[in-house]
Amino acid sequence: MNRILSFCLLVALSIGLSTVDVRGEDNSQEEDLHMDLKTGAHDENGAKAYIQHHLQDSYDYTIWHAMGWEFPLPVILFDDGLHIFSSSRFHHGESVASCDGKYYKIYHGKIYETDEAGTITMGEHGHPSNPKPLDFSITKNVFTIMLMGAFLILVFSRMAKSYKENPIPKKGGKFLEPLVLFVRDEIAIPNIGEKHYKKYMSYLLTVFFFIWFINLVGLTPLGINVTGNIAVTFALALMTYLITQFTANKHYWGHIFWMPGVPVPMRIPLALIELLGTVIKPFSLMIRLYANISAGHVVIMSLLALLYVFTNWMARGAFLGLTLFLSVIELLVAFLQAYIFTMLTALYFGGAVAEHDDH
Amino acid sequence: MEIPAIVGAGLIVIGAGLGIGKIGSSAMEAIARQPEAANKVQTAMIIAAALIEGIGFAALFAV
Repeated sequence: MNRILSFCLLVALSIGLSTVDVRGEDNSQEEDLHMDLKTGAHDENGAKAYIQHHLQDSYDYTIWHAMGWEFPLPVILFDDGLHIFSSSRFHHGESVASCDGKYYKIYHGKIYETDEAGTITMGEHGHPSNPKPLDFSITKNVFTIMLMGAFLILVFSRMAKSYKENPIPKKGGKFLEPLVLFVRDEIAIPNIGEKHYKKYMSYLLTVFFFIWFINLVGLTPLGINVTGNIAVTFALALMTYLITQFTANKHYWGHIFWMPGVPVPMRIPLALIELLGTVIKPFSLMIRLYANISAGHVVIMSLLALLYVFTNWMARGAFLGLTLFLSVIELLVAFLQAYIFTMLTALYFGGAVAEHDDH
Repeated sequence: MEIPAIVGAGLIVIGAGLGIGKIGSSAMEAIARQPEAANKVQTAMIIAAALIEGIGFAALFAV
């Protein structure tokens, strides 16, 4: 009970802090926000820009804008040789960064090579025609993923060590053991089967805890949106796709290219559909996670922005309550999406190793 | 007259909502009839709901 209470407090605090963060924008910004939402104008200012900014990856890490708690991250560019410099040279995208005689500027969240004055020339369709260097920067998302990876390794390797000495879980193990067993008994075994589930457990557990923890971190006011980035979910779905294809048995390929039990002329179009299906399955995994998390972030941020549109305290109270309620729903969604991703992954693995004795 | 894309998205969301509602109601009936199968029904329900939800989100993001 105590734990639940403290968790609720943490959520309330998170929302409080993120509210402060919005308020931390300077006054002109807030004025713009009023104007923007009242007139419905789609200019660069106001809530829309704020939400857009939150959803995007960035080259520096802002913990609390109002307090000035922000730190730069390394920019790594490959453009006729490696260029490594601190993102503080961009001054939040306002100035041109120079490195080894080359000049770079951030335009709409992407780095372009420019001249000394930082001119961005527009090509057709309104996209810049400046050359783009290969970007391997440690951005906010990459940094968060590294941090979370290190955290997972630390927690789970310590947990594994403690189980070698004593099978009774200690500290964090008490919380994580039921979840590990949940992944094994409710996700892996029913979907993959007793015989083959063991070799997939490591991937399923990693993906489950990685997505869940990253989703939870995304709900804190740190302004991280990792699983709401389609590149991240693409990588996760790609792993599922590759593991499914490379561990599949001959029955799986038989069902794709030469479906047993259907008339021969039908087998060729079926092979095409099945082949497409192998790609569509991980594609839906990618879209589902990305869309759910982004949509959740957009809704919460929009409600927070509404707090600044209304000057009536009753309306503000109502929206604060609604934001709190939705944040709690998002806690559920964070878990549910991790569960669904792992579950569907297990389902696809199960399809790849299923043994058919009955034809 | 041109119908804005958001209307189409709204229609799809109505469809997705009806679909998930149907899944939920059927699952509840199934659990009421056979409480011992609750876990299996729940799993199948969540998978089916997730698949429909994916379509809803795809529609929203296509706008």
